[in-house]
Formats: sequence, C-alpha cells, structure tokens
Amino acid sequence: MAASKHELVERNIGLLAILTFITIAIGGLVEIVPLFFQHSTTEPVKGVEPYSPLRLAGRDIYVREGCYNCHSQMIRPFRAETERYGHYSVAGEFVYDRPFQWGSKRTGPDLARVGGRYSDEWHRVHLINPRDVVPESNMPAFPWLDRPVDGSTIEQRMRALTLVGTPYTEEQIKGAAEELKGKTELEALIAYLQGLGTAIKRVN
Amino acid sequence: MSDFINNFWNMYVVVLVVASLLFCAFIVLSNRSARPKGPVELHGHQWDETLAEWNNPLPRWWVWLFWITIIFSVIYLVAYPGLGSLGNALGWSATGAYDKEVATAEAKVAPLFDRYAAMDIKQVAADPEARAMGERLFLNNCAVCHGTDARGSRGFPNLTDKDWLYGGEPETIVATLTNGRNGAMPAFGGALDSEQVRDVANYVRSLSGLAADSIRVQRGKTLFATNCVACHGPEGKGNQLMGAPNLTDGIWLYGSTEPIIVQTITKGRAGHMPAHEELLGEKKIHLLAAYVWGLSNKGDGAK
Repeated sequence: MAASKHELVERNIGLLAILTFITIAIGGLVEIVPLFFQHSTTEPVKGVEPYSPLRLAGRDIYVREGCYNCHSQMIRPFRAETERYGHYSVAGEFVYDRPFQWGSKRTGPDLARVGGRYSDEWHRVHLINPRDVVPESNMPAFPWLDRPVDGSTIEQRMRALTLVGTPYTEEQIKGAAEELKGKTELEALIAYLQGLGTAIKRVN
Repeated sequence: MSDFINNFWNMYVVVLVVASLLFCAFIVLSNRSARPKGPVELHGHQWDETLAEWNNPLPRWWVWLFWITIIFSVIYLVAYPGLGSLGNALGWSATGAYDKEVATAEAKVAPLFDRYAAMDIKQVAADPEARAMGERLFLNNCAVCHGTDARGSRGFPNLTDKDWLYGGEPETIVATLTNGRNGAMPAFGGALDSEQVRDVANYVRSLSGLAADSIRVQRGKTLFATNCVACHGPEGKGNQLMGAPNLTDGIWLYGSTEPIIVQTITKGRAGHMPAHEELLGEKKIHLLAAYVWGLSNKGDGAK
C-alpha cells in the first residue's frame, strides 16, 4: 500500500509532537505575545503605584490564605457587575500584580474595588469571624491573622519584583522591614484590601 | 487593539492570522484525495487477530465543516476585531458594547429614579415600589455592615430603632450616606488610670439604669463631668452634631458590660461609615435614605 502523507506524521511520534507544539504555539503567539507590546496592558493607569511594603505583605497573605479561590478581582464590563462593584477593571490596574489575582470563581463577591467600601474595623471583625457582621456568610474565619507580620523577607520579595520590572527605589526597599515592624498580618491584609481598585473612580 | 507600541505588532498579528487561515485551507485541500475507484485498502495495522481499519478518505460532511469554519473566521475577522488594526467593520469593542448596554438600561430606569428624586423623602418612604427599590439597594450596598434586617451588629448601628448617632431626619441620613461619617471617641487610657476608667464605666452604666457600684458611680460622676461632657453632654444625652452617642437610652453600639465600656474608654472608638456618593450617586442615595428613614418611621410617611 502507498504511504500516505498523514502516515508520515502518524507513525513518527517525535514529528507529531513537534507539529502539535507548533500548532498550539501559534495561538499563544497571536493572542498572548502581542499583549506584551501594548500601552494599555503594560502601563499603569493614573494613580496605580507599586504596592507599599505593608500592602505587599498583605497581598502575600491574601495569596497564602487562598483568598483567590473564592474571590475574583476582575469586574467585567457588564452592567450587572458595574452596578454592584463599580467601574469595570482595566488592564493598566494590574501592571504591578505579579501574579495577578483575577481568579476565576466567585463563591464570595468580587474584590477588585473593595478598597474603601467598608471600614477597617469592619474588615478586622469580618476576617476574625465573618458571622459577627454577616450572619449569612459562609466565608471561613481567619482568627490566626492577629499575629505579627513576618518582615524578614520583605526586602528580598521587593528585590525579586524589581527583577520583573516593578520600579521600587533602593530607599523604599531599605525601609521596608522597618515599615512592617509592630504590624499584624491582619493590618497588612486590611491595608492591601483597602487599596484595591481605588485608582479608578466611578461617578454615577 | 490599536494601542501597540509600534506598527510591527499589528503586522505580526495580521501575518500570523492570515498564514494560519491559508495553512488550514491548504491542509483541507491537500487531503481532498480522489476517492479510490476500486476496493479501499486496509490501513496496514491489525489488532486482536482480525481487527483492521479501512484507509477511507475523510467523510464529505466533515470536510465541509472545515470549510465552514474557515469561511466563518474570514467573515468574523471582517466584522469584528481580531486582525490587528484591520477588519472590525462593525466597530465593535467590549467597552462600546458595555456603554450601549448601560445606555439602554439607563433609558429604562432613569424616569423611575427621576420621579422619586423629585419627591420628598418622606413621600418616597410611603411608596411601596420605592421601598422595594430601596430595599434592593440596601441589600446590595448596606446589608454587609448593617445586616439584611438593618439591625446592625456590634459596632455597626441598628437602623430600625429611634436612636441616631448623627440624627434621623431625612436630610441628615442623606448627608451620612453621601459623605460618610467618622466617629472619634478619643482614648482616655492616658488621661485616666485603670481605676478611674472603671469609675467612669460604672457611672455610664448607671445612666442607663444598669447595675453599678454606687461608690464608683459617685467618683465616676466627677470624672465624667471633667472628661466626657464636652461631647456626651452634662446629662450624658450625647450630641448628634459630632455623633456622640446618647448614654442614657439603653442602646449600646459596642456593648454595655463593664469590661467593654472600660475598653471603649481606654482605647477609644473610631467608627467609620464610608462615603457612598461616588458609588451610588444622588438619586440612589435619595431612595436609600427614604428606605432607611422608613425603617424607624413605619407608617409615618406622608400619605
């Protein structure tokens, strides 16, 4: 029987793997790579600054506790979402988020613009035991957060972020550990939450 | 999709997309092998002794599906964005679609909000439809702190009673919602020693008729007169201008037990109601204020 063209690929697993890889890579090359060269995706919107050491530490606690499993940080451009959460999210708000916390599931509400929505005291009570303020809540309690935040590695974490382009100054990095002194994890996390999405305002 | 840092990336996308499409078409064409006239050959593999596979060409309906996807993608790229700065004849964008959606909805709901905005808040509170709208706004925006039943919780005021920190008149409620409030009970831990704090706490409890140590009450009364009257008034009835609570009405924001009052006096309290002007806007605040006012003025609304 005559060897057909597709037989060449089907009977040559190495070639098949290479061609499969190229086929899939085209998708990424067209849809992902160009995003690295757009103004809207690489430049911060006005008002977005690199995370202060306290907020950065809070962000790491957010990641550690897996908040992203239940909370998204991405308001889609639908009226149903902007009515509840505020202005839809734009790419320039996340340029210092490495990795971003967009999430993909909302067991709890979206947090992209939670900053300033509630008082610090509300967050404190709510994180220690959500049922104290929202009896219907099914969010887990995080009572252990009321402990000192670990400032010993914040300098290294900030240096790591400068490697990928976050413009921290040497001065900011040097003073970071000092800023975390005497703060609790709860305070760091609340500082992070209170800053979320505050760069873009919505006027009704 | 038009804000690439230079035009190279536009061309990059165009070239890759067009090349991919052409390649797909080439693959489909090159597999359009003529249907064999004679008997179809076997593939060559044989499984389980006799199981073999015919080397048939692709079914025609399947080939057509490939063509349809290619044609669809061409039409799509002409009508919608996807080919760099080319295509998108419809001028579609995610934000454009959003703006249209909002405009359509606004056209529908704006007259409703306008009608209530023109009415007095007490009249709005008497309107069942307005109350239903207010309730939905309340559940979405206020219930997280004040509770779905508006009865609040420790540190977050109950809105259904007649006791108001800053005043319960409709205009005051509007001001509270619009600009927020910042409670500022200073910490007296530095000015008073722990015994004096307990004396004051006992006196404060006695104001609401709660059980208190009478000797401490006597001492506390003097301390209250020098430290607390500026905000809470000589009789402890509070001052709504600065949000100082009435201490004589038996309503407690943080709790009435001695240890909690001691904590309040020692460390102070800083209640914070966030401003909602930006998030809600004037007309929604009008409806919400009517709903909140109606919670403690049931049946009092102008008919």
